Formats: sequence, structure tokens, C-alpha cells
Amino acid sequence: MVAESSRKRKGKIRWSKLYSFAACFRPLTSKDRLAARELIGQPGFSRVVFCNEPHLHKRKPYKYPYNYISTTKYNVLTFLPRALFEQFRRVANFYFLLAAIFSLFSLAPFSRASLIAPLVFVVGISMLKEAVEDWHRFLQDLDVNNRTVKTHISNGVFVDKLWKELRVGDVVKVNKGEYFPSDLLLLSSGNEDGVCYVETMNLDGETNLKIKRCLEASLCLNEDEEFSKFKATVHCEDPNPNLYTFVGNIEFEKESYPLSPSQLLLRDSKLRNTDYIYGVVIFSGHDTKAVRNSTRSPSKRSRIERKMDHIIYILFSMLVLVSLVSSFGSLLYLRQDMVDWWYLQLPDDNKVNDLDDSNSEKYDDRFFNPSKPVQSAGLQFIRALILYGYLIPISLYVSIEVVKVLQTMLINKDIELYDDVTCKSVQARTSNLNEELGQVEMILSDKTGTLTCNQMEFRKCSIAGVSYGGDITEVDLAASMRMNADFEPFEFSIDETDGATRSFEPFEFSVSSFSAQNWNARLTKTEGPVIKGFNFRDDRLTNKNWIHGSNLFDITMFFRVMALCHTGIPLEDDNHKTDKLSYEAESPEEVSFLIASQEFGFQFCRRTQSLMVLKEFDLSSMKEVEREYKLLNLLEFSSSRKRMSVIVSNEDGQIFLLCKGADSIIFERLADNGRAYEQATTMHLSSYAEDGLRTLAFAYRTIEAAEYESWNTIFTQAKATIGPEREELLEQASETIEKDLILLGVVAVEDKLQKGVPECIDKLAQAGLKIWLLTGDKRETAINIGFACSLLRQDMKQFHLSLSRDAESNNQVKDMKEDILQQIESSYKMVCEERNKEAPFGLVIDGKALEIALRGDVKDEFLQLAVNCASVICCRVSPKQKALITRLVKQYTGKTTLAIGDGANDVGMIQEADIGVGISGMEGMQAVMASDFSLPQFRFLERLLIVHGHWCYQRLSKMVLYFVYKNVAFGLTLFYYELYTSFSGEVLYDDWYMTMFNVMLTSLPVIALGVLEQDVSSDICLQFPALYQQGPRNVHFSWSRIIGWILNGVVSSLVIFLANIYILSPTAMRENGFVADIDSLGATTYTCIIWTVNCQIALITSHFTWIQHLSIWGSILLWYIFLLVYGALPPNFSGNAFQVLVEGIGPAPLYWMITVLVVVVSLLPYFIHIVIQRSYFPMDDHIIQEMEQCYKKYDVRDNEMWVREQRNSQRSTRIGFSARVDAKILSFNQQLQQKKLSIYRSVTNSPIYRSITTSPFS
Amino acid sequence: MDTNGATTSSAAGGGSTSKSSSKKHSRKPVYSRFTQQELPACKPILTPGLVIATFTIIGIIFIPLGLVSLSASEKVVEIVDRYDESCVPSNYSNDKLKFIQNPSINKSCVRTLTVPKLMKSPVFIYYQLDNYYQNHRRYVKSRSDKQLRSVSDEKSTSDCSPEDKTVDGPIVPCGLVAWSLFNDTYWFSVNSKTIEVNKHDIAWKSDKEHKFGSNVYPKNFQSGGLIGGAKLNSSVPLSKQEDLMVWMRTAALPTFRKLYGKIEQDLQANEKIQVVIQNNYNTYSFSGKKKLVLSTTSWIGGKNDFLGIAYIIVGGLCLFLAVCFILLYVIKPR
Repeated sequence: MVAESSRKRKGKIRWSKLYSFAACFRPLTSKDRLAARELIGQPGFSRVVFCNEPHLHKRKPYKYPYNYISTTKYNVLTFLPRALFEQFRRVANFYFLLAAIFSLFSLAPFSRASLIAPLVFVVGISMLKEAVEDWHRFLQDLDVNNRTVKTHISNGVFVDKLWKELRVGDVVKVNKGEYFPSDLLLLSSGNEDGVCYVETMNLDGETNLKIKRCLEASLCLNEDEEFSKFKATVHCEDPNPNLYTFVGNIEFEKESYPLSPSQLLLRDSKLRNTDYIYGVVIFSGHDTKAVRNSTRSPSKRSRIERKMDHIIYILFSMLVLVSLVSSFGSLLYLRQDMVDWWYLQLPDDNKVNDLDDSNSEKYDDRFFNPSKPVQSAGLQFIRALILYGYLIPISLYVSIEVVKVLQTMLINKDIELYDDVTCKSVQARTSNLNEELGQVEMILSDKTGTLTCNQMEFRKCSIAGVSYGGDITEVDLAASMRMNADFEPFEFSIDETDGATRSFEPFEFSVSSFSAQNWNARLTKTEGPVIKGFNFRDDRLTNKNWIHGSNLFDITMFFRVMALCHTGIPLEDDNHKTDKLSYEAESPEEVSFLIASQEFGFQFCRRTQSLMVLKEFDLSSMKEVEREYKLLNLLEFSSSRKRMSVIVSNEDGQIFLLCKGADSIIFERLADNGRAYEQATTMHLSSYAEDGLRTLAFAYRTIEAAEYESWNTIFTQAKATIGPEREELLEQASETIEKDLILLGVVAVEDKLQKGVPECIDKLAQAGLKIWLLTGDKRETAINIGFACSLLRQDMKQFHLSLSRDAESNNQVKDMKEDILQQIESSYKMVCEERNKEAPFGLVIDGKALEIALRGDVKDEFLQLAVNCASVICCRVSPKQKALITRLVKQYTGKTTLAIGDGANDVGMIQEADIGVGISGMEGMQAVMASDFSLPQFRFLERLLIVHGHWCYQRLSKMVLYFVYKNVAFGLTLFYYELYTSFSGEVLYDDWYMTMFNVMLTSLPVIALGVLEQDVSSDICLQFPALYQQGPRNVHFSWSRIIGWILNGVVSSLVIFLANIYILSPTAMRENGFVADIDSLGATTYTCIIWTVNCQIALITSHFTWIQHLSIWGSILLWYIFLLVYGALPPNFSGNAFQVLVEGIGPAPLYWMITVLVVVVSLLPYFIHIVIQRSYFPMDDHIIQEMEQCYKKYDVRDNEMWVREQRNSQRSTRIGFSARVDAKILSFNQQLQQKKLSIYRSVTNSPIYRSITTSPFS
Repeated sequence: MDTNGATTSSAAGGGSTSKSSSKKHSRKPVYSRFTQQELPACKPILTPGLVIATFTIIGIIFIPLGLVSLSASEKVVEIVDRYDESCVPSNYSNDKLKFIQNPSINKSCVRTLTVPKLMKSPVFIYYQLDNYYQNHRRYVKSRSDKQLRSVSDEKSTSDCSPEDKTVDGPIVPCGLVAWSLFNDTYWFSVNSKTIEVNKHDIAWKSDKEHKFGSNVYPKNFQSGGLIGGAKLNSSVPLSKQEDLMVWMRTAALPTFRKLYGKIEQDLQANEKIQVVIQNNYNTYSFSGKKKLVLSTTSWIGGKNDFLGIAYIIVGGLCLFLAVCFILLYVIKPR
């Protein structure tokens, strides 16, 4: 990087000089200075920094942290307690913890190991996941902490030092293009005047460069050697998160100078256009403003998980209910019958008194104590709570976590989500939101860096009323193409019938001419070297062909404006193979103008303090000549002025004012004789704007020397004033000279969209998603991009909510509120009136209006309006507002929102939204760090949502429902058995069977389902984006489904249990006369359960790979293997299960026949349900699945049907490219109709026609 | 590397750090069918044909299976005789408890059973108890498997309370289950000719070989204050006490049968069997029933109509559904 920058030699002039007369830098007024000085030393302003003496900061009270940052959640010590705490905050885990504790006091019906082992397993896996995730965070921190920076050690020697070892007081040297390692106080820069430029995109998302300026006192410190003796003391404010303030002073060589924010270089911003700077570390590590500003990302949970909690509560209440029944039943038995059962040797109420004391003390069975029936029942209740714990799926959470990690892995590994250019792929940074991706209804998107790549391309221009660079827009092209495609099949049939063909001819012609042009445009696009920032193909202008055109003066003037009216500087390459220059300027737009003008033969080659040199093509000599223009004044661009001018005099001494600016501003400043091209230009402007191009108008005027002189005195005076009125004076001065302009034309530059953005937005719109654009950029730009992305279109009714001024007093706020409310209400009225019509609405609102609109009493109206608009664009919004909008939208609509952005200014929004997505293509990592998913490019959002989101959503919901099912089906059999054991708490199954249930025997298929299930394949997902709507509508996880599955579980449990007890008891189960004892019945019932739940999952699964087959059938097989192995263990271990399969149930045909019967019967209700649903109430995915299969079977794509279904499945959208094309087709059709009509009229009005048609009888 | 870095920096808008260029190798996911989720898969879809076929196949398999098991069940001949009521002398009918608890009263009782059909050997003799909760948790847990297995674990009677030990030492076998051993006995004769009752091989092989030790002898059994059920011959090792083994395989439900013995000769139809019952076991205190069951078996075990009927019903239902769906598709095709 350093080498690269040294290769580029700077022009003779320093950038900073340009601004010596600019209005942007305002020195502190004396009043401010005083105020600042008073604060120092007060609480909150107590920091003292000894510059160049970092060793002084090792001891208190000046001990400040190292520049080490850590974003991890845990450290080695806190991991165990905190992670455990997190785990047991989950209700289910806490319940199982209690159960495990009870098991220690022999309260539990199961053995200790069988209760504790699964808990340890489950909690262990979850904690392992936490640990791994935290480890990754740690590695990321390590990466940042181990960056190096040149740091002064002693005697003017600078060595590389790791960021984390940096201390307050260190003097560092930062080179061009590097990030500042911490908050630095600027001492001096590579520029003579101590100015440097920083890019703060990571902090506030603004792309323009900021100027920082050192104190004049420290200007001399611009060599390494100077620092050997340097000492200074800084008193300043304490660490705080405020990015735009800094108060302090520096004592340097016994003088005290005040410090301001313009001397502070913030961490995470980047040095640009300056070779190097020296700075001293003021805030380090966690004290830096950037780190203080970052909030720990909140842990987000998906909707499904939140709903899952409710399911858990339902199951809990079921659990409590059956436990109550059990304990109550036990109480009744204990009171009435049980004492009569002599074989239990329960002490009788009456007998207890008779027994001697020793005997009554000996009696320690607390569960069945007839003398204390209520206490016994209470204990029974606790025991029942643990016994029926299988209703609560202990492994649900852990299975979900495993599944999500695997899903995440598959998302990360998706080759389609890999960007070759940036060499990055999609990263799911948290795994708990995968399924939320399938439920998104609203996308809030940033603009710069997200939709656009912050690159400008020169696309079109209109000079002297002639438009260059192609006429037709992409939308027109697509519309005509599709109409052609639509009409071709009909053409033949129409041809046969006479007459109709003729009316089609003109239309055909127009369409084919479009396509011909399209071809040409494409052909020319591919030839020639690609010049960055210049995407302009028009033979009339390129290769100096413009000299053959008319209006040569205007054209040259146009190019001169382009080449002179800017603040850029040329960069010379040492190894220049071509004579082309590259440029650096404040905004990418200007760079594109400079490149374009170079292409047209007006190369801007040098800038000195007062001179600009152009290499022009001289018309008279037909040669390239260098011309010098004296730069007299430069009138800055500002967002309020919306224009910029330079005043130059050419070699002949003529003075020109060259001006560029927003069309509206320029047009109102035109001279009467300067409006020659106004009409034509306006037309071109609107067509450019519809294509989403950013336009600027160019104009000029010649100024008489006398007029200039008089004006210049006023202007210099204004510049010299100090104080708040300065800007106003400057503005007034500019106002007087920028008038009577002569319009030259307009240029259109394309704010280059990232690859695939319009297509992606189109697909997302078809999938029924709403897209809001939130940008810090100005309104015009935002609207341009709105057009370019097809969020807006010409026939859309647009509402603009805006306020002209900032609110200053309360009164004004009230007025503004009224104003906004009125605007909103009138707009909403219109929406209501025209809702039935097809025309969609667009809402554009700016930051100031938003500030009012988001206040308490207006916000509901505002949101109501916004939600009813097809697209919403918010411009000039602050990062805070972005977050606020996101939160309000989320609350108001209750819909899942996704926020996508790339810069630090999007962090709030990303954290606030249900899902935050960061674009990782750009360099800043803040957005990515705060995000849940990071994408290299916006376009990957399509696949991420429509394919992965959809899959994950339906996988997870199927999985959770199945989990509920299987645990209800299993847990209830335990309860039914209690009914037959007088509620004594005896368990039908062996402890280890039950432990194996969730851990081994049913876990793998459900994980396979959660990871690999696909209702349809990925390309079909993309072809039928409407399938995505299942997520937002939540069809797979609705309450009716949940209840249905619980009922299904109840039915299965009933079938399993009843069939077993009726068939197996009391008669013999084998030919040798043996009857089924408790162990045989348990093993048989359990076999039925394993078969049933595993076959049930086979019915749910619609996508069987070998993994599914293996896991499902393997699980069933595993049960038999387990039973064999467990039964073969010595009776010490296996207990009652000893040889149960081999000797007890295996040889009995009855056992196998019960299994078959029970499986069929318990699955029958579900099977009938899905058969009926599929046949008579099919859902989208069912239909598509069948179509897919038909297509595969016959191997001929029934093209027409396929396309028709596909089109039907797209939701009628109001935004997006397709919608625009549709609208265009509509308007073409209308034109066609009119043409037909006119032809018809002309024909019918013609005398020949009349003579033919007039009846021969008359 | 260099060219790579150049393209990156240009795409990212200039000036990529060296960090990103060093990291980007091997970032590209490797193609595999698994990670791309393109594994070959079969995707069964419930098309009408498949549905009808499924139902038909289930019906076709289930109905014959049901018929076969029903006929097997029909072949089983079963005689059930409830004797708890009738074996109490009429003078004690109001206070049966007193009768059964009085050891001095002779409790033998004679019942006559008529064989309805030919019963082929072996004929299994069961006793059936109703309303007897052998599956009560307190009862089930009250045993010591260790102690049953080996002499060395004689003292591990912690679960057996209150039948764990006497003053003379631990009870073998301890616990309520063993203590409440069933002690009615049956003695069969046809036409005054005694029928041999084979009491061997009525317990599981694994019980005899592994769970009940051959060197474990009953000790202090039924010598406490309360006498439960049968006494055991303390000279016979537990591995030979098959009645105990059968009893100790606790039943799952409150109505259960336990194997008493086998008659290894055919019983002809209409034969009258005289059974002399020693009615010792107390079921009167909890109004349980005692039944004597003689039954043959078939391959599905004892008499069990439920299974066959269930199979036939399910099979029939499936066939019916198949027909219904066929009709539905004919009448209202999609």
C-alpha cells in the first residue's frame, strides 16, 4: 500500500490549497474557545495525556487501557458461570435441572444417570456452540488487534507496533490508505499546511472526505526526527461516544492551545489523499469513540423460536395437568383402596397407632403413607412431573441448535452465494435466525454500498438540445422484447385473416426497430476497452467525431465546463503507457466528468494554485494544444446551493463563469437568451431520470471584466468576515454572479448499481416482499436510484413529504407537525380513493419530515400511509432515524423486517431489525460485525431468502412440530399406564430405553429432516418466488397446525397403548404359554413407538436422500440392536431387560404383528389427512412438486403450462422491473389501440372505402 | 496473488488492505453434492395412484393376516373358572377375610370343569388374578435382584423394606414380591385318575440360568410376624423354584395370568375334570378375583380375537378407502 502510494506522484499543488478560500473551514470563535477552556479539569473533562511519554500512563492516576479491544461475550473465567446461566434461563432446561436435582434425593422415578446424562449432553452441546462462536469473535478481535502501525520509540525512530500494544501518549505515523488505530490527535500531516483528509464511511456512512487540520503550533513536526524531543500535555474530555465533539487543550512549548474536533482522528476512519500523518494517541481501545459508539448486538430470536416457547408452555400445562390427575388419583387410591392391599404392607391408619414406635419409624415410604395422604400425594405430584417429563422435548433445543449450525454451514458453503470478485461468500454469523429468513416481509435497505457500488459512470448527455448516448431505456427494451415474444405465436393465426395484419404492421415495425437498436447497443457495448467511470457509446461524440457536428461553440463550452468546473486533481502515473490520466476528486461524480471530458478530447492535465491546464483539441489547427485557464474564484458546492461554479479567464482574458448544478436550480437562473435548448433538454432530462440516472445541468456566462472586479471585492470581503454571518454573505455574493446563465446541456451519470440488483429486487418483489429504501443521501439521488432499481416508475403516483427548514422552536415544531399531518392525510385520502385502480403509490420522505412524522402522535398516520404505498424511500435520514424507522415498522406492522446495509451508519438499523444483513464487499466491518448475515453483494439476498430462507423455515417448522408430536406420543403412554397402576408412579419402560429415546433413537431422522429437507429444489424455488409467501403467512407453523400435531400425537399414543394392552394381556403371548410380563409389554410398546415415530417422519419427509433413508431406517434398526446388546449384558447392568428380545418377545409372532398393526393404525389418520389435503386442498408446494415430477417423468417440459403456472405464481407486484415492464406493455398496447383506431379511421374516412362500403342498394 | 489483489481493490472501490488479500485463498466453497444440497433424492409424491395402491396393498395384506390370526385364535380352547367366591363355605360368605386368615380351617375345595372341545397337549394351567396391582411401584421395587443371583449379595436388601430382614438376618428372597408369593394349589383328576401337572419349564430360561442363583437358598423366609403367601422349601436353590420365578416376573396390568404348570396329555371333549383347589391366597381383603384357566396355545399364543379382528377391520377400512378414493377421482377428478 505504501509502495503504491509512493508510486503516484502528486501534482505540484497540495490538495489543501484548494480549500484555502473555501467556506468549509471555520476557526473557533473566541467565545467558543473561552467556553472550552473553562470546562477543562471539570468532571467529565479530566483526562490528561502526556504526549510522547506513554510510560507515564502505566501508573495511576493516568493509567489508561491499552489499545486492545475485545468483543467476546465470555472470557476463560466467566465462561462457565455465564454460559450455564444462559442455558438454564430456558424454561425447559431449568425444568430438567430441577428434575436432575430431585433425582439426587430419590424423588425421581428414574435412575439418576438417566436423568442427568441427557441434561449434561444437551447443555454441553449448547455450551460448546457458544464457546465456538465466541472463539470466532476472539479470532476476529485478534486480527484487528494484531494490525501494525508505525510508532515512535525514541530518538525519532519509528517501528512497527501491534495495535493492541499501543498506549495513550504514543506518537504514531499513519500512511495513506491506512486506518487509524485509535483516536489520535493530529500533530502534522504530509501536507505542508497540516491538513489531511479522512474517510469516515465506517463511522457515519458518508462517502465524501472530511478535512482535518492540525494546530499551527505543531505544523513543524512533520519529520520522524522531530519527535525525539517532542513533549506536550493534553487536557481533554473523558471518553464518550459522541463522534462530533471534542474539547481539550494542548500545552506545547509552554503555550496552551485549544483543541477542537478537527484535530481528532477517529478510530475506524481512514486516511485518504494524504501521504502520512503524525498523531498522538488520545483515546485507546475501549475508550475510543468508535468502540464506545458500538453497542453490543442484541441477541435475536426467531419467530418460530418465540412461538416454540408457547408450545413448550402448552406442553408444560399438559404436564402439570396429567401430573395433577396422577397425584389426585394416587390420593384417592391411598385413601380408599390401597390400605386393603395387604401385599403392599402399607400401615393402616388405625394400625399405625398400634404398632410400636420402632416400627412406625421404620416405615419410610413417603410416597405411600396412608397416615399422611396429602403429603404423599404432593410427593407423587413432584414425581409425576418428572415422570411425564418426556412430554417436554429435552433435546428439542439442542437438536435445533445442531440443525441450525448445520444449516448455517450449508448456507456458508453454497457455491452460488460466492462472489468471485471479492472472494467472499455469504456468512451466517449467527445461526439462530436461519428460519427467520423465510418469513421476511419487509426489507429496509441502505443505498450507497448496498444497492449501488458508489461508482459513477458517465452514461448520457444532452448537448445543445441533442441527446447522445442512446435513447431507449432498459425497460422499453424488455417490454418490446416480451411483447414480441407474446405476439409471435399469434402472428400466424392473425395473418390468415385479412385486414388484421395491416393494423399490426406499424407496431411490428416499432418493436423490431427497438430490438435492432438493442442489438446495436449490445454490440457496441462489448467492443473497445472498458474505461472505469465511462460507459458512453455514441459515435457522434467519441473519437472526436463531435467536430463534425453543428453548434460547435456550445459543444466545446460544454466540454470546458466539464473539464474545469470541479475540485479534482489529476494523478500522474509514472509508468504511463497511455497519455490518459486518472483523477481524484471529492465526489465520484466529478471523477467521472473528468474522465469523460478526457475521452472527448478535453484533458484536464494540471492544476496549480491559480491555473488549470487543459489539453484541448483546437478546431482551427486540428491539433491538440495546451491551454491555460486562470482560476479566479471557486464557488463551493453545498447541499443548499445545489450548484457549483468556477470563474476562469482564458488566455485571451475573457472571463467565464462555468456552472453546474441541479437542473431546477440552473433553469431558474438562465438568461432569457440562454433558454434555446431548454425544451429539448427538459425532455431528455425526464427520460434520463426515468432510467435512474443522476443528472446535472451545465451552463455558462461570460462576465465583463468590470462586473467581475466589482463583484470580486464584495466576495473577498465576505470571505474575510469571521463569524456566523460569513456563510450568508458568501451566499449572497454568489447569488449575484450566478445568474443570466446560458444553458449548454445536461449530463447523466449512472450511480452504478451493484451487479444483479434490479433483478434481485424484481424477484423479491415477486416473492411479495416490500422494499423500503433508507438513505442518508439527498432526495434527488435517492429518487434516481429508486428509478434505477424499479422501486419507482413514471406512472406511479408519488407523494413527497418534506420540510424546508429545521425545527427550531416549539411553535415551529407544532406548525410543522400540522403541516406534515395534513400532507399525510391528504395523501392517504388519495390512496384510499384510488386503491382499486392499478396505479401504485410511492412515498418519498426526507429526514426532516421524518423527524416530525415519527413523533408520537403522527407516527401512526405516517405508518398507515407508508404501509399502503408500494414503495417507500426515505432520504437524508440519520443512522438513528434508520434504526427508529426500523423499530416502528416492526412494531406497527408486526411483520418480520430485514435490514441490509454496509456502513457503520446502518448498524443501528441492522441491530434493530429482526434480521440484520451486512454487505461485506466494502471494507468497513462495522455493519458486518453487527449483522446476523453478511453478504458480499446485495444480489445474494435473493437466493438467501427465497431458497435458503424458505428451506430453513419449512425445515425448522416441520422439525419442531414433529418434535412435539413424538414427545406427546411417547410421553402420554407413560400417563396411560399410570391409570393401570393405581397412579403409583411405576414406569412401563426401562430407564435406558427412555433415555435413548430422545438422544439416539429418534434424534437422527429429525436432524436429517431439519438439515436436508427440501420441498422443492433450489432452482424451482427461484422460478416460483411466490412459494416464499408460505413463510410470511406462516402456513407451516400456524396454531392450527400445532394443535393438529399435538392431537396427532394423542391419537398415536392412544393407539399404541391400547392396542398393546388389549392384545398382550392377559393371555399367553407365545406358543409355549408364557404371558407378557411388565418388561415384555414395555419392550413391545416401546418398539411400536419407535416404529411409529420414525415412520411418521418418513411420511413428513418429501426429499429422501441416502442420509434420510439411513437415519430413519437406521434408527429403527438401532433400536433392535440396542435391545439385543443391552439384553445381552449381564443382568447386573441390564436388569429387567435381560434377554428380553431374544427370549421374551422376539420369538413371539404376536410381537411383530402388533408392531405392524400399530404402525399402520396410528399413522392412518395423518395419512388420510394429507391425502385429502393434497388431492382437494393442495398448497403451493404440493402443486409445484407435482409439476416438477411430471416434468421429470415425461422429460418434455410442457413449456406453455410451465410458463403459465410460473407467471400465475408470481404475485401481482407493484414494484420491480417486471412490474415496470408490465406497465410499459400496457401503455404500448394502448398506443397500439390508438394507432389501430387512427388507421381504421383513416381507412374508413377514405373515399375509396366509403365507395366500397356504401350499400349498392342506396 | 497480485492480480487477484488488483481486481479486489478495484471492485471494492480502491485500497483493499493486505489483510483481505491474504485471507481470500481457499475461501471459495468446494463443490460437493452434499454442501450444494443436490444429493440425489427420491421424492415420493402422494399421487392418486400411489394413494389407492397403498390402501389396496394394506388391505390385501391385512385381511388375510387377520383371518389367519383369527382362525389361530379360534383353535385355542380355553376354560376359565372363577373360584374365589364359590370356594368359601357359605357360613363364611359374609366374612371371607376371616375364613382365609384362619389357618386352622381346611381350605380345599373341589371344582368340576367340562372340556368343551378337544384340548391338545400341552394344556397350560394358569391362575388369573383380577384387581391385583402387581405393578404397584412400591411392590415392584421391593425386591433385590442381586440377592437372588448370588449368595455374596445376600445382605443387599436395601430396597426390600419392610420385608428385608428378621432378627436372624436378611430374608432370602427379600421384598414384598417374594413375600406375597401365590400359594393356591391345584390338583387335577379325570375320572378319579390323577392328571400329572408338569411344573418344569414354566419360567424363563434366563431366569433359571442367570437371574436366580443355583447356590442361593431361601433363608428366614416367611418367618417374620406377618405371613404373606407361600413358603419355600429352604433346601431347594432358588434356580429350581420356578413358581417363585414366575411370580417374580411382575405382571404389567392389574388383571394377569401366571403360568402354574402344564398338562402334557390331551383332554377330550366333554371330559369332566375334577380340580381340588387349596384356596389359600387372600384376595378377599381387596375384593380381587381368582380364576383357574386351562388353555391351549397356537402360534399367536393364547386366545386372542382382538388381534385378528383389528387386522380385518383395518384391512377392510383401507380397502374401503381405496374404493372411496377411486370413486372420488372418477367423480371429481382434479
